[in-house]
Amino acid sequence: MADSRVSVAPQARRGEPFEVRISIRHPMETGYRTNESGEHVPRNVIRRFSCRYNGTPVFAVRVTSGIAANPYFRFFVTARESGPLEFEWIDDAGVRGEARAEVKVT
Amino acid sequence: MLRRRAALAVAALIPFLAGAQERVVPIDKLRSGVEFAGADVRAMQADDFANPGFLWVERGEALWREAVAGKSCASCHGDAAMSVRGVAARHPAFDRASGTVVDLEGRINACRVRNQGAQPFERESEELLALTAYVATQSRGMPMAVSIDGPARASFERGRALYTARHGQMNLACTQCHEQSSGKRLYAETLSQGHGTAFPAYRLEWQGVGSLQRRIRACFYGIRAEMPRPGAPELTDLELYLAWRAQGLPIEAPGVRR
Repeated sequence: MADSRVSVAPQARRGEPFEVRISIRHPMETGYRTNESGEHVPRNVIRRFSCRYNGTPVFAVRVTSGIAANPYFRFFVTARESGPLEFEWIDDAGVRGEARAEVKVT
Repeated sequence: MLRRRAALAVAALIPFLAGAQERVVPIDKLRSGVEFAGADVRAMQADDFANPGFLWVERGEALWREAVAGKSCASCHGDAAMSVRGVAARHPAFDRASGTVVDLEGRINACRVRNQGAQPFERESEELLALTAYVATQSRGMPMAVSIDGPARASFERGRALYTARHGQMNLACTQCHEQSSGKRLYAETLSQGHGTAFPAYRLEWQGVGSLQRRIRACFYGIRAEMPRPGAPELTDLELYLAWRAQGLPIEAPGVRR
């Protein structure tokens, strides 16, 4: 199941920032809604999202219920060495997600 | 250059003029729903990465290759970019085997039942939306061109009657908003011409992808009329009428709407 999409420029120049984009499929249930039978729908949002570049944390967000469903993050990272970008997130239900992209530094 | 472009535009119109059918909205006045949307929604649709509908399209692509009882969509249809390009522009269409008009969702379900021997997907299920979005995306940019002749005619006429009749406690017909008042404001919304060429679409209000039937049902709700159940033949009739009314407009699926 496609639960995320990642977009990173295939090549980046050393010392320069490159753009990273990721969108994650998630309901981001606020906890303020009721279902059709009037029962409370428990809150389930992505709690934390983080990104590591060559093993080093470069970006992290504490996400709250104010963010819409299927969140989309866009940020910049400074190119150092070729290597992986590893994304990780966890929601209120304890479900973890992950994604990966390779960056080639020239 | 300008003259050449005009000549090309005229050439592109010929297939529609050749049908010589009456049109509700003149072809030069046809405007996609996205043109009535705000700049942020337009930007979201214009960028395939920012468009969350593609999360569904990618899931649909995976489903396309997933075997059910030893057979996937790809086993018969191969590369969707070749085999189903244009299919969304021709639907709803008459299905000989069932003797009824089916929309794209109905066509996919019929194929699934007949050729994979599987249970049909439920209407508005994530799987059916994903697969429909994937198939519809293959026709992006192609002009809507459905057939309303022969066996599809009766369904078309029922659709037209539903579109023009008043419904519900508000006693409103589709035409009153989408023909007489398109471009005007209804509270914070701008009334569109009511074309379904972006569907299945990501609607911000839904926080997800939904079908054209779901969108039409939302209109019934808005005018406080009884909503036809998902998959009801009245909805397919309306979808066919809408597709005919929009013919010439390019398919945008998965569109983004407010």
